[in-house]
Amino acid sequence: MPYLSLTEEEKKSMLGQIGVRSFDELIKDIPVSLRDPKIVLPSSLSEPEIQDLISKLGRKNTSTRDALSFLGAGSYEHFIPAAALEIVGRQEFLTAYTPYQPEASQGTLQAIYEYQSLMTELTGLDVSNASHYDGATSLAEAALVALKHTDRPRLLVARSVHPHYRETLCTYLAGTPYTVEEFGFDGKGNFNREEFAAKLDPGVAGVIFQTPNFFGNVEDLDGVSEKIHANGSLMILTADPLSLGLFKSPGEWGADIAAGEGQPLGLSMEFGGPYLGYFVTSRALMRRIPGRLAGLTRDADGKRAFCLTLQAREQHIRRERASSNICSNQALCALAACAYMTLLGKKGIREIAEINWDRATYLRGKIAKLKNFEVDLTQPIFNEFRVRSKRPFVKVEEKMTAQGIFPGVLLESFYPELKDQFLVCATETKSKEDLDRFVEALAQC
Amino acid sequence: MLISQDDRLSFEKSKPGRRAIRLPEERYSGEDPLKNIPQGLLRQTSIGFPELGELDVVRHFINLSRKNFSVDTHFYPLGSCTMKYNPKVNEWAARQEKFTALHPLQDATTTQGMLQILWELEEYLKEISGMDRFTLQPAAGAHGELTGMMLVRAYHASRGGSTRTKVLVPDSSHGTNPASAALFGYHVVEIKSDSHGCVDLEDLKQHLDEHVACLMLTNPNTLGLFEKNILEITKLVHQHGGLLYYDGANLNPLLGIARPGDMGFDIIHINLHKTFSTPHGGGGPGSGPVGVKKHLMPFLPGPLMERTKKGYAWASPSPQSIGRVKLFHGNVGVMIRAYVYLRVLGKEGLRKVSEAAILNANYMKEMLKDVFKVATEGPCMHEFVLSLKSFVAQGVHAGDVGKRLLDFGFHAPTVHFPLVVPEALMIEPTETEARETLDLFIEAMKEIALEIATDPERVKTAPHTLPVRRPDDVLAARKPILSYRDQVREKVLLAEAVA
Repeated sequence: MPYLSLTEEEKKSMLGQIGVRSFDELIKDIPVSLRDPKIVLPSSLSEPEIQDLISKLGRKNTSTRDALSFLGAGSYEHFIPAAALEIVGRQEFLTAYTPYQPEASQGTLQAIYEYQSLMTELTGLDVSNASHYDGATSLAEAALVALKHTDRPRLLVARSVHPHYRETLCTYLAGTPYTVEEFGFDGKGNFNREEFAAKLDPGVAGVIFQTPNFFGNVEDLDGVSEKIHANGSLMILTADPLSLGLFKSPGEWGADIAAGEGQPLGLSMEFGGPYLGYFVTSRALMRRIPGRLAGLTRDADGKRAFCLTLQAREQHIRRERASSNICSNQALCALAACAYMTLLGKKGIREIAEINWDRATYLRGKIAKLKNFEVDLTQPIFNEFRVRSKRPFVKVEEKMTAQGIFPGVLLESFYPELKDQFLVCATETKSKEDLDRFVEALAQC
Repeated sequence: MLISQDDRLSFEKSKPGRRAIRLPEERYSGEDPLKNIPQGLLRQTSIGFPELGELDVVRHFINLSRKNFSVDTHFYPLGSCTMKYNPKVNEWAARQEKFTALHPLQDATTTQGMLQILWELEEYLKEISGMDRFTLQPAAGAHGELTGMMLVRAYHASRGGSTRTKVLVPDSSHGTNPASAALFGYHVVEIKSDSHGCVDLEDLKQHLDEHVACLMLTNPNTLGLFEKNILEITKLVHQHGGLLYYDGANLNPLLGIARPGDMGFDIIHINLHKTFSTPHGGGGPGSGPVGVKKHLMPFLPGPLMERTKKGYAWASPSPQSIGRVKLFHGNVGVMIRAYVYLRVLGKEGLRKVSEAAILNANYMKEMLKDVFKVATEGPCMHEFVLSLKSFVAQGVHAGDVGKRLLDFGFHAPTVHFPLVVPEALMIEPTETEARETLDLFIEAMKEIALEIATDPERVKTAPHTLPVRRPDDVLAARKPILSYRDQVREKVLLAEAVA
């Protein structure tokens, strides 16, 4: 059997040394009625066979490399530097355990510390955790922090926040004394200021916004944090981290917590995961942060060293009194993001944001000229925007897919009122030829 | 061997003007973002990322990796963590562009190969565990527990059971169990272990009443013992209207040997990153699929998959579903690895895994029992716990032995857990280790026992051969420095840190 080392002879001699006659004596505590269940599984595959099977299954997929894809909506196609892939593939990172033994984990710990440092730089906030499962769960944990910190029962969330995030938040809070209330968006898809202001009352623990929001709009959050803070509530912002190379950071907007999806920072789309939840807060909320934190300290010989810190918040110490039940983080994904951001560097992070903006802006301008499609050229965007099709989108999608183009994500499936509207995303992965080909194909629809 | 002369942070190695990645210079739109975008939306502050060349970055990270222990370089006898070998063919499969370059919202007709993997993985997990349906969404074991508690609550609520406010956990349970239950306002009640280390049936009975929502159990438990009264336990809890939750952290010794579903569990989570060989990645990503029996299926998070004549597709969730617990479909990359592992094991290999895991653990326990006190009697399953209480007189604690083992090239066992054993050292060799490795570890343990008698200081001040020695976690918590920004503000730059 692969992956097993004991020979038959070794097994026999080990049983002898243990002092039992047969293996069954070792599992005598298992009631006989439970033993040897009938399990239907396929036969074992050799390595050439499994490689062949995987290749065959792979060929049943049309990947975004086979097609020309303009899908976004929370998962984005970006280039990943070859050096970042090599770093993440390093087995000493990949096959290591959680760094509870700091002496045996300085590599992972320093990388997490650097990830935390990069995230504070990017978001303009003070304290980053070592990462969370994904954007949706990170945002849900942020909501829990706001509820506990303010000891108030209600959350406000903009309806322009990613539908999966809102659904996850509702799942987390169902059956608890806490409630979630939404406020809508205007005709351009930006959050409705009047409704937000009207719903902000002393029962509100926190208010959640997304920018660029689910429609790709960069929200104008001017004056928002002042209103929220005057009400004694917390402002929670989820932002595409790559957009922060160009657009105002959560810190600049006055947010208390930035929580969201780190996938654009060098992680492949991988059919939806594993991704990376980032979680960054103001210093005032430091001791409420869920999940792991790496900190700088000194070792017994006075040398600089890293270790997990503020563990008194965590489940393995506090059990039922822990601030969160979270145990793992997405350490390898955080490492990927860390390597990606380090490779991009100070200038690269700004350039990549500009290129994304440029590609989407170019594409939107071209689509604006088509007679069967409408876009709003005045709305500030990052790398994604809303298009309304004058013909049924299903027909458009069918025609495009046949030509090997994934035209975008239908908004109607998330917002029934946005009939035949779809989200189009263009990142640095698209050449001018790609974008022109897409526009030509749309023109035929 | 010196790993690197330069232990600075990437930020400290930065030099203005250095670049690692060149990006396209051409712009298509002809627009200047600084003019086109309203000023009020533009970032005003600079981003203090380091500036380094590609070799600088690569060497930085590769040298960091060399400061890690890992399964590929070291033996990890880490109890309850199942640090088995992570097969390379799993990695090969998960890195195929045909999977990594799939967008989660692609039309199902373009992802049939991917969906087939997820469908079949669910089928295999159902077979192995004896459950009726799985959600693959949960991202980790603790996330699975969270999902499980939501299912418990939804199930009781559907039966008008809002008075079920208690969740029972054994005193030997993982910390995530009570933490997960408490998140939903459940009153957590600890059940005592009996003198053998199993659930104390009498204590359990005393806490069973109409308020019990659920009993969370790890089986084999964290002492490495199979709960031999398991059928009695599940019957009792069910008689009182409670549900049974199986924490799958210790599933590794049961593959093909016994199934949680047959024991009477209603809900289970499985850690793909333990039993199903996917790498731990330094703390994640994992994957924690949650399986249920028929009566809980309507409550599962959606969407679930369905198989129709046209192929695999996502079905709309049942109206009673608790709703989504995560973005998109879960940690798919981890699932691909687990799928490959199960196809390679096949029906022939499944049981052999567990047999070898149990054999290895019993062998180590037997070889160590004359030197260290074993916390339990009789054979163990895949792990066992030593109590080092008798060494406290010499001032040596379980954690010290763990640290000293690092000098011998072994990762420390799980220390000071479970909490019911004083000075616990929890050892799980897994099935993938060779006997020679086990023997080397046993020798190291015996040598350390000798050292404790002759030179306890050597053990108390270990490790002596690693890049750092006993980082001061009290200092780290008292004055948290959590980023380079903190360092600059607190002026804890390299020179001060060293001094």
